[in-house]
Amino acid sequence: MLAVVPANTRSFVDEMENFNFPRSRSLKLKQVMGYDQHRIVDGEVCSSDLACFGMEHLFKLGLVDRDCIDALIVVTQTPDHFLPPTSSIIHGRLGLKQDLFCLDITQGCAGFVIGLLQSFMMLDQENVRKVILVNVDVLSRKISPHDRNSYPLTGDAASITVIERSEDEATIHANLKTDGTRREALMIPAGGFRMPSTASTAVLEDDGEHNLRAKDHLRMDGTAVFNFVQVDVPPLIEDLLRTAGTCVCDVDSFLFHQPNRFMLEKLADRLNIPYAKMPSNVVEHYGNSSGVTIPVAITHNLRETLLSSSIKACLAGFGVGLTWSSMLLRLGPLNFCDLLEFS
Amino acid sequence: MQHLQSTLAEIRPEFDFTQSDDFIRDGMLDSLDIVMLVSALDKRFGISIAGIDIVPENFQNLAAIDGLVQKYRPQ
Repeated sequence: MLAVVPANTRSFVDEMENFNFPRSRSLKLKQVMGYDQHRIVDGEVCSSDLACFGMEHLFKLGLVDRDCIDALIVVTQTPDHFLPPTSSIIHGRLGLKQDLFCLDITQGCAGFVIGLLQSFMMLDQENVRKVILVNVDVLSRKISPHDRNSYPLTGDAASITVIERSEDEATIHANLKTDGTRREALMIPAGGFRMPSTASTAVLEDDGEHNLRAKDHLRMDGTAVFNFVQVDVPPLIEDLLRTAGTCVCDVDSFLFHQPNRFMLEKLADRLNIPYAKMPSNVVEHYGNSSGVTIPVAITHNLRETLLSSSIKACLAGFGVGLTWSSMLLRLGPLNFCDLLEFS
Repeated sequence: MQHLQSTLAEIRPEFDFTQSDDFIRDGMLDSLDIVMLVSALDKRFGISIAGIDIVPENFQNLAAIDGLVQKYRPQ
């Protein structure tokens, strides 16, 4: 597994002047939410740029043979273009073979678990032996720098996970839910066909809480999303553990999507998960990079462990859609587990 | 109740919370203020307010917030 984060680092304190709030209030928020710095792309860097940078690194080190890839899955909400698919762009830029299944999946925070599920299904095909799963988003480019609710916690990143068949007979348990009736809790209203981008959709408007954003920008209903995570995610995890015949005490690490430290600690409290088992430090170092936060959490926190041993891990992603998913599996030992800077 | 008022005053010193019966409607507390308030209440009263109780109606006025705190304080 490889995570790629932009070298470009911005600190919350430096960006506070962009927010329409007194400095003292912003500093209190920093303390509670765990904001410190986030990694965001510079200029017009796109999803395929981060992904190809990571892949070329793996090719160069001989960790992946470009001619041995049978499937490429790209999970992203920030495609380079409407057309062609970002997986096709990456395929072309990397000079991959034509006998290769390329697939884009439009998913966000639940996208790593969904991508893994799709990868496992592909490996059921006889001629698919190696799947490259890319999770990537450059969402900072669609968030207003004047939106204190979203901008300081947003990060950009990519991850590359190589998935192959294994002789290991251990079962991987997973579950997944969707509720499209709450789809507007996380949304970019303009830019698609329902509301094409125009001069007026680029105009900044006050959201009623002194955040300024345009219809072209991400809009997050923080209260609805918080409530969704606290109400709907715990039963998903409890169902997963019950189906697997295990319990919190038998799981080594809970690698959850990283919205912010406050939300994760409340989730841990609800599930009786010791904080030591649930990393919550990704936002303060890198920001929330949507579906990539789980691989970033793994590569940042568990590199040494996973290079030499395996752990029983519970993964969970939850967010846009609304979609929530979880998986229980043995993770490691990995051939590589690293975090790289893109510049 | 005085503890509550002083906690609220630390978060939004510009408002007099005794003068409103709906802090959300009157724009005195926004969603992130509620997060900061919960963190402050947890620390001040040695409690841990559950995520499912962090909903706007539990922070509408002093009585609602007091009721929430009392729910978590040992009897």
